[in-house]
Amino acid sequence: MASVPSDKVRMPTPVKLLIAGGFGVGKTTMVGAVSEIRPLRTEEVLTDRSVGVDDLSGVERKTTTTVAMDFGRISVGDDYVLYLFGTPGQERFWFVWDELARGALGAVVLADTRRLSDCFPSVDYFERRGTPFVVAVNCFEGAPVYDLAEVKMALSLPPDIPVLLCDARRRASGKEVLITLVQHAYSKRPVAKV
Amino acid sequence: MNPDEQLYDEQVVRPYVISRGRTEARANLDLISLAVAIRQPTGLEVGLDPEHLAIVRLCRRPLSVAEIAAALDLPAGTVRVLLGDLLDSGFVAVQDPQPEVDVLDERMYRAVLDGLRAL
Repeated sequence: MASVPSDKVRMPTPVKLLIAGGFGVGKTTMVGAVSEIRPLRTEEVLTDRSVGVDDLSGVERKTTTTVAMDFGRISVGDDYVLYLFGTPGQERFWFVWDELARGALGAVVLADTRRLSDCFPSVDYFERRGTPFVVAVNCFEGAPVYDLAEVKMALSLPPDIPVLLCDARRRASGKEVLITLVQHAYSKRPVAKV
Repeated sequence: MNPDEQLYDEQVVRPYVISRGRTEARANLDLISLAVAIRQPTGLEVGLDPEHLAIVRLCRRPLSVAEIAAALDLPAGTVRVLLGDLLDSGFVAVQDPQPEVDVLDERMYRAVLDGLRAL
């Protein structure tokens, strides 16, 4: 691989945060509210090989699937650039989540109190993977308002996981959620090896 | 492009034709790996397709694999293959994200928090 001397070009280091949750919970809305660019969509074309089917019987059954991911960007100083990815809603695309979660600083799990169980798979995934996460309850109009402690209990979350209310349409609200997440991730980071 | 248009926009040239059948990028690029052009093509190079040239033009400033893919309306995998070519031929430089084990850097957390607070 042709590597370039680092003094030749100075580039920021990319960092990513994920926004997960069930279908229609407001992931792309939140990405759009805080992004400095209009949310973009990128696609991964997957063959059944990437779905983990270990089948060598030939290519005649080969199928392809396209998974779309919405994302936005926030410039943070000269040295880093932050990308926000909405995870694809279909939970069967775990391997796409694996790619997204690799190296991610943390994740926001968006929840809707009318369909709280929709966010269970996301919570389970990040718990299992050890990715720091916070749960943000998107306050939809007309949705029952619960006490945050109740939501926490319903999700059987460990006590140290931050749970907060948000309005995914508002930049100030999304900003607060992301700051809470990064602070949480910072507090959870493994102690550096000596 | 709005999502509805994308739904119906049948791609005339299949992605694997653009990448000449290759699906494995030599460079293991992340969706957020940044690419920037470090040399401009003269137009006389052999083996550079229009998509290669489009990437070099786009990358006058650092752009992520995901952004390049969105701008050119190509799957991210195809962009990885093309970027691998451009990396090999010295037209772009790439900045990968920090490896997971290094996501401990206090400076990074501070920069990200400051950037978010300034939103």
